[in-house]
Amino acid sequence: MFAIALKMLFHDRAKYLGLVLGVAFSTLLINQQLGIFIGLITRAGAVIVDVPQADIWVMDSGVKNLDTIFPLRDTELGRVRGVPGVDWAVPLYKSNVTIRTGNGELEASLLIGVDDSTLIGLPPEVVMGNIDDLRRPDAVAVSVDGFRKVWRNEPLSLGNIAELNDRRAVVVAILKDSPKFTSSITFFTRYSQALQYTNNGRNQMSFIVARSAPGMTPEEVSRNIVSRTGLQAMSAKDFRYKAIMYVVQNTGIPISIGTVVALGVLVGIAVVGLMFNLFVLENLKQFAVLKAIGTSNLRLIGMVFLQAAVVGFVGFSVGLFGATMFFETAGKSPTFQGFYLPWYVAAASGAVAATIIVLAALLAMRRVLFVDPAIVFRG
Amino acid sequence: MSGQIAVQCEGVIKDFGSGSVKQRVLHGIDWQVPIGATTFLVGPSGCGKTTLISIIAGLLTPTAGSVRILDQDITKMRRSRVVKFRANRLGFIFQQFNLLPSLTAVENAAVSLVVQGSTLAAAKRQASVLLDRLGMEHNKFKYPNQLSGGQQQRVAIARALVHNPQIVISDEPTASLDAETGREVMELLGQVASAKDRAVIVVTHDNRIFPFADYIATMSDGRIDSFRKNST
Ligand SMILES: Nc1ncnc2c1ncn2[C@@H]1O[C@H](COP(=O)(O)OP(=O)(O)OP(=O)(O)O)[C@@H](O)[C@H]1O
Ligand SMILES: [Mg+2]
Repeated sequence: MFAIALKMLFHDRAKYLGLVLGVAFSTLLINQQLGIFIGLITRAGAVIVDVPQADIWVMDSGVKNLDTIFPLRDTELGRVRGVPGVDWAVPLYKSNVTIRTGNGELEASLLIGVDDSTLIGLPPEVVMGNIDDLRRPDAVAVSVDGFRKVWRNEPLSLGNIAELNDRRAVVVAILKDSPKFTSSITFFTRYSQALQYTNNGRNQMSFIVARSAPGMTPEEVSRNIVSRTGLQAMSAKDFRYKAIMYVVQNTGIPISIGTVVALGVLVGIAVVGLMFNLFVLENLKQFAVLKAIGTSNLRLIGMVFLQAAVVGFVGFSVGLFGATMFFETAGKSPTFQGFYLPWYVAAASGAVAATIIVLAALLAMRRVLFVDPAIVFRG
Repeated sequence: MSGQIAVQCEGVIKDFGSGSVKQRVLHGIDWQVPIGATTFLVGPSGCGKTTLISIIAGLLTPTAGSVRILDQDITKMRRSRVVKFRANRLGFIFQQFNLLPSLTAVENAAVSLVVQGSTLAAAKRQASVLLDRLGMEHNKFKYPNQLSGGQQQRVAIARALVHNPQIVISDEPTASLDAETGREVMELLGQVASAKDRAVIVVTHDNRIFPFADYIATMSDGRIDSFRKNST
């Protein structure tokens, strides 16, 4: 009986293709858009991800994200280091600088200044060079994507000279960092060197990044820091969440992407539901014949659900494949770098596809259930 | 076992609609269809032939009266049992053939066995043998739209008989065919369908095929006027 159901389904090629494409389109749209959404909003916490050694972030009590910063006084570093449960704490400088590219154009860049003695705060993956060379005067490291943007068409190499806020900077290392929300160019240097580039003098710590002592959670230690210093402190995980939620709540990204996703779901339900209904309607006489010659309603419903399930499975697979290809291809370009398809997005789109299919099958099932087998004797 | 009864209708009444649009289509049918014979049901258009055989097949429920088939009262059966009963005991042939366009001839002929629970592969083996007997050995793998009307009706005959039902019900099997093809189809139906433990009921207008009848019941206006052995 199920073999017959499948033959029935594949027989009407155009409709079968339409159904599959309907589900595939929905799946593709949902995965692609939500994947981009996740990729975008996680960029809001990229700076935090790039300092994996630190599990506590300390900042001015008014800071809500990584872009609006109020500098801390240098004395706060000693106070934080004195809080019980703090294993170590180092300053982190973060600022925007203007950089002149190889062909004279200006680009916005991020400048990260890391602790002079430990160099904690650099992303761990070194693509080229040696980070110890950062201790030399005017030395900077640059992100891979930054290098490609500043020195277009040049192969990755060391020794290039850049102008950061009109001051000389020598590239001694190339690092792989997490893609940022605003700019793909990031320069890393020592804290003291960073202050020279920005000419800002004392009391310029953007953050203090710290590590909780063994046996203590970063949350506990953060609470200690807050109560002892009056500064804002939280675990890296919480700060990342806070930074991401700031983007979610304060930009149009969730609404615009949410709209597209909702459209994908609605179009999927409408198109697939209607087309499947049409498919069953066109084959209604056949269902009536099967009913007349002794097929039970349960069997007929089973046939309809099988047909719907096959459409759903094939369509979902095609859509997911398309989305995977998108992220495979697009993920190679700097703009979409770091974008990927999280498993939970794929799972959610699977749930949507299943919902579309169940709704379509339920809608069509009624027709099969109520078709009068006596019509087989009528012309 | 001639003389035994395949179908026994007693006081079968059928009304369509209700209230002021109520129309009585069958006015108390008493009828006995014998086993081991081909019985024709003839009569003018609209007299209720299709309605009557639909009731006999359990596709319609009568407003009143009882229908016993092979000694079982199908008007008292649960719906699900009637469906099983149809699958196991009845075979159908329709004027419009009603083959499944997505299945080949042999698959179509196999459907009745699949409905009973056979696998498609096993059912096709049996259907294939029957199609050979119906002169369809070269057309088994064609789809209905690649077959002529007469060929399609042969496939339909195979589907109606492949599961060896005790009663075959056929409504105007030749009405969509030209005279020559109609005669051929009836001849084949007679050859493969007639068995001493089977009743074949044929509804028809087509007096050219009357010679194939063992018995003829004549209906008019919702009543059976006469039931006699065929002498043509
Ligand atoms: N579902 C229905 N609802 C209302 N009236 C119906 C229905 N089915 C049949 N009728 C009416 O019942 C009467 C008998 O119809 P039926 O189809 O049984 O006649 P028939 O003898 O088979 O005619 P024909 O030779 O044209 O096929 C007709 O007047 C028809 O209009
Ligand atoms: Mg009729």
